Amino acid sequence: MARMKFLCDAERCIECNGCVTACKNENEVPWGVNRRRVVTINDGVVGAEKSISVACMHCSDAPCMAVCPVDCFYRTDEGVVLHDKDLCIGCGYCFYACPFGAPQFPQAGAFGLRGKMDKCTFCAGGPEKDLSKEEFAKYGSNRLAQGKLPACAEMCSTKALLGGDGDVIADIYRQRVFKRGKGSEVWGWGTAYGKPDQPKAAPAGAKS
Amino acid sequence: MTTARRLMLASAAVLLAVGLSACGERDQVTVYKQGKYQGKPDTKPWENDPAMNPYPGSKWDKGDKTGWERAVKARNLAQNEYSRVE
Repeated sequence: MARMKFLCDAERCIECNGCVTACKNENEVPWGVNRRRVVTINDGVVGAEKSISVACMHCSDAPCMAVCPVDCFYRTDEGVVLHDKDLCIGCGYCFYACPFGAPQFPQAGAFGLRGKMDKCTFCAGGPEKDLSKEEFAKYGSNRLAQGKLPACAEMCSTKALLGGDGDVIADIYRQRVFKRGKGSEVWGWGTAYGKPDQPKAAPAGAKS
Repeated sequence: MTTARRLMLASAAVLLAVGLSACGERDQVTVYKQGKYQGKPDTKPWENDPAMNPYPGSKWDKGDKTGWERAVKARNLAQNEYSRVE
């Protein structure tokens, strides 16, 4: 098995926030903490509005792991980045390091006391006994231990959000792009880092 | 010294020892090693017994990594609606 990954198809996402709701419900995430959220650009502009669902992307070379001063992060055999809340000191370094704003910090009290970091676990729980009450209380649901995939991806109504083995979801996405003849332009180097001023016309389905 | 007095002294000594044992201090300083995970070990998802699952989902034998991967892949492929409608 390759690494577990998320992929959100911006051509399909309809900003329904169903993934956000599913995550909240599945993991009983407290008020103020959003493990997943939907980001929309060009909101209200006809034809130019695009949305994607964002959470922890379980990076292969995760910056949060690199900056953590107490080394509370670990990566599972399936490539899921998790952390031990018993070790976390809530310093917030991981939040500054993460390019997706995935780490969340529950706040309470008059001065907004910052708690231990909370983030998407790919519905894989954490370092407690699998499917135990302790694991659920600290990290939320462990669907991988039940042979399931993250709730957000499995319930996505338009199947915009794909989650699972990176190779498998890449194949699903590739098949979509071939079927509809477009879509690859929403991902890739050109989209992330800009395109030349006068780009050559790319063949349909080619990577940008 | 009477037997009752000895017994009282012995029980007082035991109570004192039990009481003081709560005042002990355990090591609260974690020795961190740079770049190495310092937390508790985690179990593998395939090491669970699917029969014990309160919400039964996929099926595999406990400890069977290949079986678990097969089960997860089946659910993964269910996200491709093209394969379901064709």
